[in-house]
Amino acid sequence: MKQTRAIVITGNGTNCEMEAAHACRLGGFDEAVIAHIAEILSGEIRLDDFHFLNLTGGFLDGDDLGSAKAQANRLKNAAVVGCDEKLVEQFTRFIADGKLILGVCNGFQLMVKMGMLPGWDGNYLNQTVTLTHNDCGRFQDRWTYLQVDSSSPSVFTRGIDKGIYLPVRHGEGKFLCDSDATLARIEDGHLAVLRYSGADYAEATMEFPANPNGSTNAIAALCDPTGRLMGLMPHPEAFVHYTQHPRWTREELPEEGDGLILYKNAAEYVRNNLV
Amino acid sequence: MANRIEVALKPGSRDARGERIKREIEHFLHLDVEEVCTLDVYTLDTDLTKDELEQAAAGPFSDPVIQVWAIDRPLATGFDFAVEVGFRPGVTDNVGRTAREAVAYLTGRPCASGAGVYYSVQYLLKGRLSVADVEKIATGLLCNTLIQRYTILSAPDFAGKGGFPVAVPKVSGETKVEVREIDLEVSDDELMRISKDGVLALTLDEMKIIQSQYRDPKVLAGRKEFGLGAKPTDVELECLAQTWSEHCKHKIFAGTVQYEDEQGNKQEIKSLFKSFIQRTTKDVRERMGEKDFCLSVFKDNAGVIKFNDKHSLVFKVETHNSPSALDPYGGALTGIVGVNRDPFGTGIGSKLIFNTDVFCFADPFYAKPLPSRLLHPRRIYEGVVEGVEHGGNKSGIPTVNGSLVFDDRFAGKPLVFCGTAGFMPAVVNGLPGYEKSIKPGDLIVMTGGRIGKDGIHGATFSSEELNENSPVTAVQIGDPITQKRMFDFLIRARDKGLYRFITDNGAGGLSSSIGEMAGECGGCRMDLAKAPLKYPGLNPWEILISEAQERMSLAVPPEQIDEFLAMAVRFGVEATVLGEFTDNGVFHMLYGEQTVAWLPMDFMHEGLPPMQLPAKWIPPQHEEPVLEEKVEYTDDLKQLLSALNICSKESVVRRYDHEVQGGSVVKPFTGVANDGPSDAAVVRPLLDSFEGVVTAHGICPRFSDIDTYHMTANAVDEALRNYVAVGGSLDLVAGLDNFCWCDPVQSDKTPDGAYKMAQLVRSNQALYDVCMDYNLPLISGKDSMKNDFYDGTTKISIPPTLLFSVIGKIDDTRKAVTMDAKRPGDIVYLLGKTADELGGSEYLALSGVIGNKIPKVDTVKAYQRYKAYHDAVNQGTVASCHDLSDGGLAVAAAESAFAGGFGVAIDLSRLLWKGDAAGKNDCTLLFSESASRHLVTVHPEKRDQFEAIMSGNCFASIGVVTEGQELSITGLNGGTVVKADLVELKEAWQKTLREL
Repeated sequence: MKQTRAIVITGNGTNCEMEAAHACRLGGFDEAVIAHIAEILSGEIRLDDFHFLNLTGGFLDGDDLGSAKAQANRLKNAAVVGCDEKLVEQFTRFIADGKLILGVCNGFQLMVKMGMLPGWDGNYLNQTVTLTHNDCGRFQDRWTYLQVDSSSPSVFTRGIDKGIYLPVRHGEGKFLCDSDATLARIEDGHLAVLRYSGADYAEATMEFPANPNGSTNAIAALCDPTGRLMGLMPHPEAFVHYTQHPRWTREELPEEGDGLILYKNAAEYVRNNLV
Repeated sequence: MANRIEVALKPGSRDARGERIKREIEHFLHLDVEEVCTLDVYTLDTDLTKDELEQAAAGPFSDPVIQVWAIDRPLATGFDFAVEVGFRPGVTDNVGRTAREAVAYLTGRPCASGAGVYYSVQYLLKGRLSVADVEKIATGLLCNTLIQRYTILSAPDFAGKGGFPVAVPKVSGETKVEVREIDLEVSDDELMRISKDGVLALTLDEMKIIQSQYRDPKVLAGRKEFGLGAKPTDVELECLAQTWSEHCKHKIFAGTVQYEDEQGNKQEIKSLFKSFIQRTTKDVRERMGEKDFCLSVFKDNAGVIKFNDKHSLVFKVETHNSPSALDPYGGALTGIVGVNRDPFGTGIGSKLIFNTDVFCFADPFYAKPLPSRLLHPRRIYEGVVEGVEHGGNKSGIPTVNGSLVFDDRFAGKPLVFCGTAGFMPAVVNGLPGYEKSIKPGDLIVMTGGRIGKDGIHGATFSSEELNENSPVTAVQIGDPITQKRMFDFLIRARDKGLYRFITDNGAGGLSSSIGEMAGECGGCRMDLAKAPLKYPGLNPWEILISEAQERMSLAVPPEQIDEFLAMAVRFGVEATVLGEFTDNGVFHMLYGEQTVAWLPMDFMHEGLPPMQLPAKWIPPQHEEPVLEEKVEYTDDLKQLLSALNICSKESVVRRYDHEVQGGSVVKPFTGVANDGPSDAAVVRPLLDSFEGVVTAHGICPRFSDIDTYHMTANAVDEALRNYVAVGGSLDLVAGLDNFCWCDPVQSDKTPDGAYKMAQLVRSNQALYDVCMDYNLPLISGKDSMKNDFYDGTTKISIPPTLLFSVIGKIDDTRKAVTMDAKRPGDIVYLLGKTADELGGSEYLALSGVIGNKIPKVDTVKAYQRYKAYHDAVNQGTVASCHDLSDGGLAVAAAESAFAGGFGVAIDLSRLLWKGDAAGKNDCTLLFSESASRHLVTVHPEKRDQFEAIMSGNCFASIGVVTEGQELSITGLNGGTVVKADLVELKEAWQKTLREL
């Protein structure tokens, strides 16, 4: 059987590569490679050799021009050494090949700012939504309840019953659309995979701190219409074992954390469809 | 020609930054403003075409969903005043640097040398404001004039001028590079003038030692060979001043102290450091024998201990007080990214796994007048918190533990402690990871950032009190991303074995790092002209001592240099060969062909005789308060919960990422609503193992007003009891000491120097005594000895402060314990005895009293109890545990109850008492801060097992966890002395700093 291979891109300020790779392995990938962007730009490592691309949390370029802006510019314009292509072509080919991309936090910011999400009509380089400064004006590290849209096409969230509990750790997580039409199209397509909610996952909420940033329609995650590309502000890789839960010393919890299902689903999808 | 790109939010988009500024203007400056809007401004001094400018504006510089842009045209409308704030020439401009890189990617060609992109922010103020008001807003809030510049335009002026003119804050490098010789054959007064005017911080004795060195015929002969005369060059003098600074040389800790105690017993102490700190470690290690886990102590940038057979732990805590007083944001940011380089540059290099922060401030609500040079405590608070937030979060290192400590004397200098732990393989390329070496012939390589005038005289300036003339250049701004890139590269270069030695460039810059490295092999020869500069015009001495950030110094074997440099290029990191290491005993600096410094290594490092320091201990006597017995203490408890030193710090802690890297096990907040204060942090550095690292700290400067011996004993005990509370093992735990003192050297400026020095001696005595009893080796530390403010009239000295940090291991993190009450019906125990020890307590501080009855640590009993408690944790008998510290039992019980969401009922008559029964009353039982106590809850079914394990130790069952939502405490005579709803108690605890 062919190997299922995940890649985690690091460098220029990404922070969560180690735990993202760990989550991939735990979720069932045969291999999870942490690749520095320098190794990709130098041609040593090619995206084509992988099935699942992880864009992780961090502060790409210090978020100096707005979160992930400088990296979006780099990925769009930088050339790969030793061949005639720009890096962005490896990305679009990766998507065209039907492979999976998961952007978490800064990775989600990168995906929307490159225009990969919501990715309508096969156009993955057209920005229509953004993630900007939290309404509270501050970075926040806190745990959030996330109600799942079970009608969403996302391959990552299959099998989630009502919702999942994950930490957010960001200063720029407020989701905004360029127009009402964009928002309506997201909602009609069930692309808003996760929403900040109360502890029972029943109702989406705009109330701080349950909704830590004031996102439109409490949107915490977004996928493309194929469901193979997804971005989310909360950190699934930060909850793959019960000891990461803030109340594990007082609650009876299963061994696995809520975030692991995203990686399990990814691994299963790859095994069934891409190898 | 330079261009301006302005970026504004679209109408309807929320301007969170503007809203925050508006709140701060109202809060700090008490001025009403209707609205504050903000714009980003990029000034491009580049050769971009019009098309390229538009692509940059529409691409990396703006977000099309929420922003609009304009080139060379103002976007501002609807305001009364506009204020634009940018950096002064030469100050680190992170956004500008990223913007410049983005432009290079966009155009596909590198920016021409000298070209630049500069960032500024435009604030648009609307409201009935006068020019003077706006000036006040600009200088009091928007702009730190030390590092930033600002321009104000009224709406009519703005319209008349067509907005702000293009201004390029480029350093005009017209200075001619020169090396001066300084004549030391002058009068003593003149010698002192040279030291003072040059911010050299050298004493007359030290100047005279240098003077006589340059009279030595052998030295003169050596100099002559390289074309140098009898006068020292500025490079040499600056290098000696840096090497001999208090900051780098620790002269006070190395000095000879004549100590006299209260009974007149005299004692000569040769080096506090050797006599107490080093001796502690030596003696503890000897006693541990085969169980000794220390690997590298006191000799490297950080201490190294064993974690398991395959990995080692590295830890260092630093302070960055003086820079944070001048520029709180930049100073604190530099503090955290600076301490990151310590463990990174320890041994052959370590990966960074967590940060810790402890800040000491004056009351942020301080309302009395302050000396003009001092920033308001609230501004220091905001700036420091934000600086460390950015430094820690952007570096991807979780901030897992910390404290905020308040005392108004910290207005004189805030204390900013930043710690970082690292994790390294036990063996790297066949050699122990904690070791490194240099061979003569190895190349001197500097990596990371470039050198500018930033941070010049940082080492010498922090060796003096803060005064009116503290130099502007002493401040730096950190750049976490440049550092992160460098670390990404170096950790890979380490694993490939591409270098032999690594250390950081901190205080003293290259002078310090290369000076110390040269000590490893016996000399060096370095060409300062090869060092990469941010802008031209630096003199050789400036290049040598600049503290520009984000730099590491390495020794690279010549056969590895090509691969090392090629890899650096691939990772986008600048690396430069500056010279080579030698074994000729000389620190030899060149500038091109010319020798600019020729210093024998033994003179640099051994040339200074120890300082002579008088110390006389006279115990202070404070008025002993007479406490009236009250029927009820609920209001007192609420007041205590709201006190700055006790209240919730959640508004700050949530701004720090404490979970990145995925190993968080015990987080800063815990309990039913994730808001109870944890005692210590537990982290898993290996995600596929349950072995964990535990870290905690103790700090109690209030006790210094009574006796620093007990202040220190309590700080060490507090650190260990916090550590023990969550489940840390006593078989593998080490300590770090950070002394922050006020100047203890007797002089005209410090007439009470002998007392302050005695305080330092007593603190060291306690450190030895307690660490010996607790089996705690000290593995690293730092001292900062000049924490005073003096402007000629007002002197503010901080209370002597020891931060004691511990790091150790928990074998199985799944057994960790948190502080929240878990279940109704659980039995509440108090471990340890309570005594009449309200001296220096938070309770007395409520009424502005100090008292005398300071808590005393019974180390032998405490250690035995901690060991038993650890067994109880290991056997799974403990449901919760909270340490007792500020505010005593009442505060701990309240916190445990509201964190757990269950009531707690306690009967004070069941507490174990120590000492004179006369002092035993409800008040002392509730609020005394007696050391070494834990409040523990145990499920009833574990009761027998727990009590069996604890037997032979002082502990008592004092109450029960209840279903009801209240804290209820019964007094000695059977009456209820505290009764309060948990919601009220939590509100009292949370309200104080919630909005900050």
